[in-house]
Amino acid sequence: MSQYRVMAGPEGYLPPAAACQGVTLPEVGWALVEGRHVPEQEALSAIVDKLLNAKRPFFFPGPNLLWEWKEGVAAKANALRKLADTAGARVIPMPDYRPKYPMINPAIEINPNHPNLTIWHNKIDVCVFAGVHCHYANVALKIIRGGTDCYTIAICGEAGHEDANISLRNAGIPQIEALTAMVAERRRLS
Amino acid sequence: MPEQRIVSPEFMFNEAAREEQFITGSEAVREAIKRANVDMAISYPITPQSESMHLVGDIYAEGYIKEYYRGENEFAVMSSVAGAAMGGVRVFTATGGPGTMRALEMFPTWAGARLPIVCAFFTRGINSPLTIQPDTIEMAHLLDTGMIMLHAEDAQDLYDMILKAFIIAEQTEVHLPVGVFADGFFVTHTRDKVRVCPVDIKLPAYLPYSAPVPVMDMENVPIRQMRDPFVMKSNYVSYAAHASWQQEVMAAAERARPFIHKYLGGLVEVENPAADILLLAGGTAVCQSREAMVMAREEGIEVGLIKLKSVRPFPGDELRALTAKAKAVIVPEFNRVGWLSREVRNVVEHPDRIVAGPRVFGGMTMPPDLIMAEIRRYARE
Repeated sequence: MSQYRVMAGPEGYLPPAAACQGVTLPEVGWALVEGRHVPEQEALSAIVDKLLNAKRPFFFPGPNLLWEWKEGVAAKANALRKLADTAGARVIPMPDYRPKYPMINPAIEINPNHPNLTIWHNKIDVCVFAGVHCHYANVALKIIRGGTDCYTIAICGEAGHEDANISLRNAGIPQIEALTAMVAERRRLS
Repeated sequence: MPEQRIVSPEFMFNEAAREEQFITGSEAVREAIKRANVDMAISYPITPQSESMHLVGDIYAEGYIKEYYRGENEFAVMSSVAGAAMGGVRVFTATGGPGTMRALEMFPTWAGARLPIVCAFFTRGINSPLTIQPDTIEMAHLLDTGMIMLHAEDAQDLYDMILKAFIIAEQTEVHLPVGVFADGFFVTHTRDKVRVCPVDIKLPAYLPYSAPVPVMDMENVPIRQMRDPFVMKSNYVSYAAHASWQQEVMAAAERARPFIHKYLGGLVEVENPAADILLLAGGTAVCQSREAMVMAREEGIEVGLIKLKSVRPFPGDELRALTAKAKAVIVPEFNRVGWLSREVRNVVEHPDRIVAGPRVFGGMTMPPDLIMAEIRRYARE
C-alpha cells in the first residue's frame, strides 16, 4: 500500500492526485481514511468524529441528489438532509458544474472548478460531498486539499474517491442512516 | 443475425465455449464487434484499417449495431463518436496512420471529457513520401493523450482486447477512451487462427448513468447544459481547475490497472524471466521475438521475453522488477524513433542495459536474425 497520506491541506501549490501516488480505491465493504483502506464501519466512526468536532461543517450535495431524476433519489436526499441537520451542518448545494461568471457568490454557491473560494469565505473546516459526479468531485477535492485546511468527506455511491480525506464507496441510504443514528447517539451521550 | 442473449463479461471472457476460425485481423474486429453490443459505429476509410470498418458496416446491415455511417474525414469521425459517447451510447471506430494524425486533437479531448470510446488503431507510416506500410510511429504521438493504450500481438489479441476494452473503458472510476493498437497489414491482412465465442451472446449494455460525468441525454441531471464548460479565465482559479482536471485524467488511467489485470491477466506477459538476456516488445515485434527465442535456444542461449500488452498505463513497476537482474534488455521495434525503448529506459534501474533496437520502419519486416544478432552480441559479453 502507498506511503502517501491524504491529509487535510493546505498541501501546496499543486498537490498530486492521490491515485498517482499509489492510493487505490477500496473493495466493496471497505472505505478510505486518509489514504488507507479500512472497514466501512471504521470510516463511519471517523466521519462522525469529524462532523461532531467541526466548528463549521458543510454539506455539498450535487446534482445526482438535488434533481429527482430516478427512483430513490428523493429518499436518499432526504436522508442526507436529516444527517446534515442532526450533525448541525449547513448545506450549500452544487446543482450543476458551470463556472460562475463573472464571480461566484461564495456565501451561497459552490462549484467544482473553484471550491476553495466557498470554503475560504465560509471558514468551512469539514465538508461532505454527496451526489456529485465522481470526476467533478475529484477535481474539487484536489483543489480543496491544495489550498485550504478543510477536511473532506465523500459519501460516494460509486467506487469512492482517493482524493478525499475520508471516502465511502457504494454508499446509499443504509450508510447515511447509520451515520445519522451514530451522530444522534453521540450527541445524546455528550 | 441470430438472437443474442446478454452474458456477463466474465462468462464471455472466461467460460463461454470458443470456436476456432481462420480469419484476418480485420475479420477478427468484425467478430468482436458482433459480440460487443455496440450502439453506434462511425467509419472513414484509410489503409490498412478500411476493411475492418467496412466489415463493421456489413454487420450493421445485419442488425448487430443500431447506427452506422461514414463521416467526412477522420477528424469528423472522432468528433462524432465523442458526441455519441457524451449522449451515453457505446461507440466504436477505427483508424490508422495519417488518419490518426488528422484526428489527433480529439484524443486528449476524449480523455478530458472522460468518454469511454473504443478505437482500434491499425498502425502504418505517417511521413512523406506517402507510405501505407506497417510502422508503429503513430503510437509515439498518442502516449500522452490520456487514453489507455493496449497493443495486440496478433488477431486473437485484437479480438479479445477490443471486447475487453469496452468493459475496462466503461468502469465508473476509469471511464476513459481505450485505443486497441495492432500493426497494420501484419495483423489486419493476414489470416490466423482466432478462437471466438458463440455469436448468440453479447456483452451487457453500457450503463451511462454510473459515469463520472453527466450524460447529455436531456433526461439526466444537470439537464440541458454544456457538460464541460470552458474554464478560461486568466487567473489562478482557472489554472488550478485545469491542472486538477488533467490530474484526474491521469488518476483515472491509474485506476485502470486492476481491471487490466482482471481482464487481460496483467499489463505484461512473461516467458522465462530469469534469463540474463530479455527481449521486451509489443505488437508483432513480440512474434518476431518469439522466433528469435527459438533460434537462441537452438544455440544454447537462454533468453526471456516480456510482452507489453498495456502501453498506457505503463507497467513501470512490473518492468523495474522483471529487469532487475537482466544483463541486457533488447527492445525490438517497428518504428524509427524507438519510443518503447525510451519509455523503458525511463523506468528501469541501470538504463544502460536497455538495447534500443533492432528497429525497422517504413514497412520493412523484422527478420528474427536481426534480433538474434543482438542476442549473440550480449551472450558473448
